[in-house]
Amino acid sequence: MYLKLVLATPWEVFLILLPILGGLFSFLLPKFNKAIGISTLILTLFFVVFIALKLRTQGAFYHLVGGWDAPLGINLYIDGLSLVMLGLTALIGVGASVYAGKYFTQTQSLWFWPIWLFLIAGINALFLSQDIFNFYVTLELIGLASAALTALSNTKEALTGAMRYLLVTLLGSLAYLLGVALLYHGFGSVDIAILSNTIESTPAAWAAMGLMSAGLLLKSALFPLHFWLPPAHASAPAPISAVLSALIIKASIYIQLRLWISLFFPLHNFYFEIFFAVLGSIAVLWGSVQALVQTRLKLLIAYSTVAQVGYLFLAFSLALGGVSVAWSALIYLMLSHALAKSALFLVAGNLLHFHGHDRIIDLDRIAQRLPLSTAAFALAGVSIIGLPLSGGFIGKWFLLEASLADNNWGITAVVLLGGLLAAGYIFKVLGFTFTKTTRTQKAQNIPLSMELVPLCLAIMAILTGFFATPLLSLIHIGNPFGNIGAAP
Amino acid sequence: MSFNTYIPLFVVLSSFLPALIIFRLSEKQHTLRTLLNLSGIFITLVLVIWMFVGVYYGEHYEIRFALIQNLDISLRAGPFALFFTGLSSVLWFITTIYAIGYLEGSAHSSRFFGFFNLCITATIGIALSGNLITFLLFYEILTLSAYPLIIHRGTEESRLAGSRYLLYTLIGGALLLLGTVWLYTLTGTLEFTPKGFVQTILQEHSSALVIIFILLIAGFGVKAALFPLHGWLPQAMVAPAPVSALLHAVAVVKAGAFGIVRVVYEVYGLETAAFLGLTTPLAVIASITIIYGSLRALFQDNLKRRLAFSTISQVSYIILGIAIVGPIATTGGIIHLVHQGVMKITLFFGAGNFAETLGVYQVSQMNGIAKRMPWTMVSFTIGALGMIGIPPIAGFITKWYLGLGALESGQGWVIAVLAASSLLNAGYFLPILYRAWFLAPPKSWPDEHNFSKGETKLSLLWPPLITAFFALSFGLFAASPWSPLAWVHLITQREFF
Amino acid sequence: MSTLFFYAVAGIGLFCTGLYTLIVQAHLLRKLLAINIMGSGVFLLLVSLSMRTAGTQPDPVPHAMVITGIVVAISATALALVFMIKIALKTGKAELSSLEEK
Repeated sequence: MYLKLVLATPWEVFLILLPILGGLFSFLLPKFNKAIGISTLILTLFFVVFIALKLRTQGAFYHLVGGWDAPLGINLYIDGLSLVMLGLTALIGVGASVYAGKYFTQTQSLWFWPIWLFLIAGINALFLSQDIFNFYVTLELIGLASAALTALSNTKEALTGAMRYLLVTLLGSLAYLLGVALLYHGFGSVDIAILSNTIESTPAAWAAMGLMSAGLLLKSALFPLHFWLPPAHASAPAPISAVLSALIIKASIYIQLRLWISLFFPLHNFYFEIFFAVLGSIAVLWGSVQALVQTRLKLLIAYSTVAQVGYLFLAFSLALGGVSVAWSALIYLMLSHALAKSALFLVAGNLLHFHGHDRIIDLDRIAQRLPLSTAAFALAGVSIIGLPLSGGFIGKWFLLEASLADNNWGITAVVLLGGLLAAGYIFKVLGFTFTKTTRTQKAQNIPLSMELVPLCLAIMAILTGFFATPLLSLIHIGNPFGNIGAAP
Repeated sequence: MSFNTYIPLFVVLSSFLPALIIFRLSEKQHTLRTLLNLSGIFITLVLVIWMFVGVYYGEHYEIRFALIQNLDISLRAGPFALFFTGLSSVLWFITTIYAIGYLEGSAHSSRFFGFFNLCITATIGIALSGNLITFLLFYEILTLSAYPLIIHRGTEESRLAGSRYLLYTLIGGALLLLGTVWLYTLTGTLEFTPKGFVQTILQEHSSALVIIFILLIAGFGVKAALFPLHGWLPQAMVAPAPVSALLHAVAVVKAGAFGIVRVVYEVYGLETAAFLGLTTPLAVIASITIIYGSLRALFQDNLKRRLAFSTISQVSYIILGIAIVGPIATTGGIIHLVHQGVMKITLFFGAGNFAETLGVYQVSQMNGIAKRMPWTMVSFTIGALGMIGIPPIAGFITKWYLGLGALESGQGWVIAVLAASSLLNAGYFLPILYRAWFLAPPKSWPDEHNFSKGETKLSLLWPPLITAFFALSFGLFAASPWSPLAWVHLITQREFF
Repeated sequence: MSTLFFYAVAGIGLFCTGLYTLIVQAHLLRKLLAINIMGSGVFLLLVSLSMRTAGTQPDPVPHAMVITGIVVAISATALALVFMIKIALKTGKAELSSLEEK
């Protein structure tokens, strides 16, 4: 009875509608903005659970908004891949909201909540979209919202970081839109499902692929297009940094995945695999080395994101090459990185708040004074390094399995080396949490919830390592990876 | 699923759950902390004894969870697994008593005991692992949870020692991971099987198997402190004495040695390993480590560092024993897991007592120390003489079996290694004993604490006496059916040959 | 057809001009203008390509896209202008100084 009701309700629409309404109301009723914000996010978490139920019973499904079918109307599409991204958004969204409730000053939270809820609506819409033009619109929405949020602390660094980020994201979107124009001209549709049947290897398709990929790679900060990421992610307020690294980067990678799987795969050849493998490898090594030499915690974590994006493209390269286990690696790395990285940024926010700075060598016995934050950092670090048993370990295991199955020794070596470098920068921080500093510094109080949120996220990053089989079977509903790599 | 199925899990949890609770205790709740610690140990010991009896009568204890497709986490109690579990849990009990005495009143005890118990969880998990992936998992947990104990004091020196420790062990872990995944992609299984499971791909992938073997041995060799991968161990001695005693002398290095045993016997199988020509190089490396460790120990003035180099040397006896190829040598190697454990822990307890009671850290400060602390010195002497291999202490049994085994498989050169190492052992232990017993004590000790009764705190004195008693009786009563040696015979008969 | 082709080439030309300006000019206002020119180029292309076969009705969908695009471009420009003014107020010049230089 109830189940029927659950199955009949279009929760996917509420997933976009509710955050928009929440954003409006939190702007109109600033007194209640925190309550509105947090409850909206918690509700989206429930919606995602309901959608998961629907997915389990009826498989992947479309929702035609307003009853209009493509090519005129807008379709929402849900399969295992979109579900897991929506779930991730809701989880991290709830965490970041609870954290932000304590983090921001009164004036900042006036602006934070409306923009934050619009951002969530944008991200959800992106993961539900099924046509390339909607991807453009949602990309722009989340680009603008996150640029505005980055600038929220209103310092010189934050403003320049946000400006640089905004210019980059606009540039990326325009390149992408140009590609959309060419595809529409060439094949007469923006719907992915329709396009995938009609696309051919024409000059327009090639040009579109180049432009769209370039724009998306810029947004996903793949080496050497990562230059904007560290300043933006390091200068944003902690909950925003967390979401930028955990979700926004992943959103453009998600689009990339969708496009390659259904549209561009006919154009694919061996050189693309090499291209992604080489850039991914350099990203892993360069990002990790940069993280290792940073003296400030937030920059260290930001460079770690550069490295982790590299891993995703290593997995992507192997997946394009037809190694099916590489898809599992990609998804698992994406999931665990999002959870762990948001935990790391929130911990960095705590430390910044606690000491008033984030110099690594002056962490000054954090291990005793903020044991929960230190534990969160350590657990998230374990997942980032890929030590057992954590989500990161499972991802790394799949990736190694894929690279060995492909006899790709270069990628194997990069994965192992990257793990060691990651251990280097994570434990560099942890070592200094035990030592005393010579500087005298005053410590601020940290509310308990600001310590618990990153701890919970970090524990989730660890726990994803225990549920690989059920999670992967959920992700594969609707066969989101098509036939690429299905047969070894 | 019967109760028996879950016992391996319960054993692991009985140290893990107390650890989690202890982390959240405040410093002042030491009664509750001690209670939790001891009840965890008590439950573990009861369960381990239960399984000992069960396994003796042929009972099977195994529990599995799916990790990913075709790959399970498996905990399984066979005779060999129980042997190491028993060693760790008994020594854990004694060391906990010692640690409570040692750390009384010092800061961050909750953190210390929390991580200490996590290390035990990991060690017991390693012992009970039914396949290579489970082993890898607990092996890395051990790496990580030992790290906070090394940097426990929070000094710059301990931070550097911790970094060095991680540098070695994480590189080892990466090699191990590579070897494991590679093996998995080739064979599709990682279950420990008597006589190994790689024979199916022996024809096709023999060169890959050789490389994987090297990777796995290198990965385990870091923890077992095989030359030249031993560099972290002497530095890690900045940790508090109970940590050096249990973890660095027993749990961590033994985990490495235990892993090597598993790889040789239950991944490759002794015959396959010998067929691939891998055992002789392993024996050579073990021999080099034995001699090298002893030579370095000769020149250390710091007592704990001297003991650390001695550990490096002694752990390789285990590896030498299995690399000689033959049931007698194997017995010698495996029994040394326990013998070296009880002897070395005695020595570290002694070193801890000297440091804690008198502020003595260097060998050169130990003149006449036996007059001030006779009982500690008695136990220390038993440990040291055992290490040299003087009968009837446990160390003699090891060397006897190793020598016999070498002769049996026609590798006489091993006898030379054993003789040389015994001579070197004498070279670095006898001067300590001579100083302690026969030279006149100084007018005052560097940092003396007086305890109203006895030479030191009782909780510090009993543990070394008990372990020294073990070392003596394991040698004296080696032939009895209750001795560790008897159990090793059971292991070699049932599992390895 | 040739007229349309001319518009399309002009659109791509605008895109490239804008891209060039965005990269070489340091002043933020110029960067912003460059972005807008790039956007106009894309819109021009979209509209010009909407007539796919000569003589038939032009396809309405690209026009709808362009309108959406223009809305987005206006909001983005507004946001960027606010950033620019704030940066100019804080630093005294409307340029991006990189973090690494300090």
